[in-house]
Amino acid sequence: MSLIDLSGNLLFVAFICYLIGTFLFGGAIKEKNDTAAKRADSWGKIAIGITIIGLLAQLGYFITRWMYTGHAPVSNMFEFTTAFGMFIVLSFIVIYFMYKVTALGVVALPIALLIIAYASMFTKEVSPLVPSLQSHWLTIHVITAALGQSILAMSAVAGLIYLLKNVDVKKATKERFWLEAVMFFCVLVIGFVVATSVFRVTGYEATFEHVTKEGDTEVVEYTMPPIFGPHDYVELSENRMTPFVEVPALIDARKLTTVVWSILFGSILYVLIRLIARRSVSSMIQPLVKRVNSQLMDEIGYRAVLIGFPVFTLGALIFAMIWAQIAWSRFWGWDPKEVWALITWLFYAAFLHLRLSKGWEGKKSAWLTVIGFLIIMFNLVVVNLVIAGLHSYA
Amino acid sequence: MEKIICECGHENPVGTKICGRCGRPLTEEEKQKKILDMRYDGIAIRSKTHNKSIIDKIWNFFSSVKVGITLIILNLIAASIGTILPQEFYVSVSTDAEKAKYYEDMYGAFGTLYYNLGLSDLYSSWWFQILVGMLAVSIIVASIDRGLPLHKSLKNQRVKRHQSFMKRQRVFAEGAPAAEQGKTLDLVEQKMKAMKYKVRREGNALMAEKNRFARYGPYINHVGLIVFLGAVMLRLLPGFYIDESMWLREGELRAVPGMEGYFIHNDEFILETYDNEPQGEQLKQGVNVMAKNYQTNVTLYKQQEGDLPGQTDNLEVVDTFEIKVNSPLKHEGYAMYQMDYGLNELKTMKFALTNKASGDSLGELTIDLANPETEYVLSDNTRVEIVSYLPDFSGFEEGVPQTASPTPNNPAFIFRMYTPEKPEGETSFVAIQQTLEPLGENAYKMSFQGVETRNMSGLTIRKDKTIPFLFIGGMIFMLGVAIGSYWAHRRLWVEELPDGTIRLAAHTNKNWFGMKKELDAVTAFAHLPAYVDQAETEKEENKKEGDNTL
Amino acid sequence: MDKKKKRSITRGIILALLAVAIGYTVYTTITKDKVDVLKVGAEAPDFELVDLNGEMHRLSEYKGQGVLLNFWGTWCEPCKREFPAIERQYKSFETQGVHVLAVNIAQSDFEVKNYVKSMNMTFPVTIDKTKSVMNAYNVTNLPATILINKEGKIEKIVTGEMTEAQIAAHMESIKPE
Repeated sequence: MSLIDLSGNLLFVAFICYLIGTFLFGGAIKEKNDTAAKRADSWGKIAIGITIIGLLAQLGYFITRWMYTGHAPVSNMFEFTTAFGMFIVLSFIVIYFMYKVTALGVVALPIALLIIAYASMFTKEVSPLVPSLQSHWLTIHVITAALGQSILAMSAVAGLIYLLKNVDVKKATKERFWLEAVMFFCVLVIGFVVATSVFRVTGYEATFEHVTKEGDTEVVEYTMPPIFGPHDYVELSENRMTPFVEVPALIDARKLTTVVWSILFGSILYVLIRLIARRSVSSMIQPLVKRVNSQLMDEIGYRAVLIGFPVFTLGALIFAMIWAQIAWSRFWGWDPKEVWALITWLFYAAFLHLRLSKGWEGKKSAWLTVIGFLIIMFNLVVVNLVIAGLHSYA
Repeated sequence: MEKIICECGHENPVGTKICGRCGRPLTEEEKQKKILDMRYDGIAIRSKTHNKSIIDKIWNFFSSVKVGITLIILNLIAASIGTILPQEFYVSVSTDAEKAKYYEDMYGAFGTLYYNLGLSDLYSSWWFQILVGMLAVSIIVASIDRGLPLHKSLKNQRVKRHQSFMKRQRVFAEGAPAAEQGKTLDLVEQKMKAMKYKVRREGNALMAEKNRFARYGPYINHVGLIVFLGAVMLRLLPGFYIDESMWLREGELRAVPGMEGYFIHNDEFILETYDNEPQGEQLKQGVNVMAKNYQTNVTLYKQQEGDLPGQTDNLEVVDTFEIKVNSPLKHEGYAMYQMDYGLNELKTMKFALTNKASGDSLGELTIDLANPETEYVLSDNTRVEIVSYLPDFSGFEEGVPQTASPTPNNPAFIFRMYTPEKPEGETSFVAIQQTLEPLGENAYKMSFQGVETRNMSGLTIRKDKTIPFLFIGGMIFMLGVAIGSYWAHRRLWVEELPDGTIRLAAHTNKNWFGMKKELDAVTAFAHLPAYVDQAETEKEENKKEGDNTL
Repeated sequence: MDKKKKRSITRGIILALLAVAIGYTVYTTITKDKVDVLKVGAEAPDFELVDLNGEMHRLSEYKGQGVLLNFWGTWCEPCKREFPAIERQYKSFETQGVHVLAVNIAQSDFEVKNYVKSMNMTFPVTIDKTKSVMNAYNVTNLPATILINKEGKIEKIVTGEMTEAQIAAHMESIKPE
């Protein structure tokens, strides 16, 4: 088995471990009568054990891939996002040993799983580094930034648990709506993974020639049935579906198609869940977190921001500036990725001030941590894939 | 100035919430609370103490945390708007008209609106700068207003606090000690010291405190931010910042813009691609050729002391350098970066003077396009004269050929060919893919043989004297933020009442979980009464269910 | 003076300083494009160039006389249009102590010589082979004309084409008395 195959297998092992870990954590806090405490303890121990094994396996993936490619595997969308998932698990384990709260695993591990699954939808191709990335600052900057983001993500995990426990899912409130919206968003990510996998398994491919907004002719390859066709397209493949709509050159039809398929699959999945369970996703998860200590969750959320904020600042701003000065001759250039790192930073600065001086605790604080995580995900997904800039990976 | 005089006799400034000496709540609001607001230890925020002149009003405006947070959010929103479409400096057009056209062509009506609103150059707009400036003012004013009084209050802490203060702390306990009477405070002192607390005692009262410096974290990081922003401003002053760029062709010697007295020679530009050494998967997949290295080998020269611009006879070699991406040339505070390149610009053209009928060549000549000669002698009675040279031929104007630029993009020549057959000479206009014989049919022609090309490097020259200040600002910020985040200020007050009852209260600015662990330790060690966390309303309920999550 | 008043003054000073800093920042960023290294009234940077006849020209040697410094290139249309006028004015002002010095931007001897011949230019023409004089004068667009008075100070900077009347007026303005 070659190093790269080994690497792939280790990642798979890690994924399975996290999956098992999720269920074990779920089992650990599942409602039962008097022996619950004891059972939780032993289940919890197994769960965290499996999670640690998973993390070690993923660390193995990381190291073997590093050995194979010769550079830290954080240089493209797949590699970075996978590493981000790994750091989330790492942050979870650290927080777990600080506070011994099993409920965190029920949310943290699924989020890590979703992120890793999302990552594996991108090409796993090993590619050499372009000159601007050939620097040890790649390793230092990206790993520190990802670590900071993952610790900040843990605050959202705590915040989400806080909300799941404290939002009344029986009353139709705005809060309930938005909480369910967050759940729906998670289902959409599954939708994206399912859609991509389904079409990948069936081997769908269609090529179009089209005119870009710069006026050049380009060939684009679809791996999903084209709902949207590119501007002025000519079909190159035979016996393929004709796009329903042709979009202006400004819009990337292929990406739009992917988004729409993901929403379609995700929505169907969501509706199925609702039909089978006959209740909202939030209320399905709620029993799992019923007995968590809200005060403690609030504190964990705040603590995670306190721990993550300096790390994020160091990695995503200071190291970033040092590297930018070396590679691009200026420490700051208002590149979209830079700006969004700044926005994330400003947001968490606002969070800390609101908490310290305005006393925003509890629900308000929990919502803010969730929004913060959404900003981080926006920076990872939208800024890389939609907004063009120096950091574009795909 | 007006004062609030506490029952204990201490004079507190107006606006104080908690007496600086004994801790009694001073405002009605605080008296009503179950738990005191300990955020700034109950000090009077300076700006709230007097509010008279216009200056004070402006000051108070910026001192408000609410205003500060609003400014953070406004900056955040403004910054995000700038990422909707690419900013002007990432668009490679120069004039305003071209920019307007670019935004319209690329993004339609929205692009035009974006451009006309000035959002395409948002980060250098006056309003964005003012927004950032206001945030800086807010940071400074709010820090002065809070930092100084807080420092005073923390410095002058009394050991003994009034019961109304103790009872309104989040963690509170009152009860008889389990240990021998009179020993409790000694035990507490012993244990707290073991946990690295500083312990002070005053009669029957004890105060243990640690990590007070953590309270200064926010103020330190604010200082760092201000130093950083100040350094950013500094670069606007003349002499602090140089940002120039140049194109340098292979073989060219040029004065370095922004670097007085220095000259640079492009020895070679190298572009390496991974194609040369394909790596496993990449080859298999037939991935596009990827660049592996951009590099310009240069020689840096310096003029002699006192030489003027234009004098290049006595240049002195400084050194040779390899400028690569991620590895700029560094010299005397200047840095030169490999930023761009252009490949295969024409360097020389080779022609053969050929007889049109027989195809025989009378000889070849190579024209250096950067420095053509007037005349190329092939033999005694055979020579070619260049009448005119147009490096970037753009057409004829009134019969005269024109050049659009000094760059040999489309070279054209008017040759006069002197041959033994035609000693009076024949004239020929030669451009790429085009030959004209304006003065009648010729016997000879200049037949094109080939070209040599050269590459050019786009270099950026920087000097930034503000970098050390930026770095110091960044470091101060990191220090402050780390202190403020990773350490917590913890305090414990214990009082042994005359009847032997122990009353204790504790406070921390964050991480109550950690604080409680230490409290548990000292409670067990000194047999203190069990404390209550007055903020925990759910404790009862959790206990009943056998909470496994704590 | 009471404490309150003192404090107000301190606050006023701090706020004023900050306002000035912000004002300066905004002002310089907005006017950034227009700021040149060279300013009217400043000392014209000295330089030394050799003309097509092999004669050395050092700016400082023209002290006491006026100099019209013209940066140009053979491909530059407006340069071509203004040269005949400069030539005529050169002839009438040369005797009055106003000199013309044309600086070509790093083109080949052949091109410059050919051009000068075809345009019948008689004033000294030099070639700035390394662009060092161009850098020293911060010239970015052609043509650019710098008018230097008898004290060696910059009297005026003209970017773009000039009419004959303007040229005459400019030369008049640097005429030594």
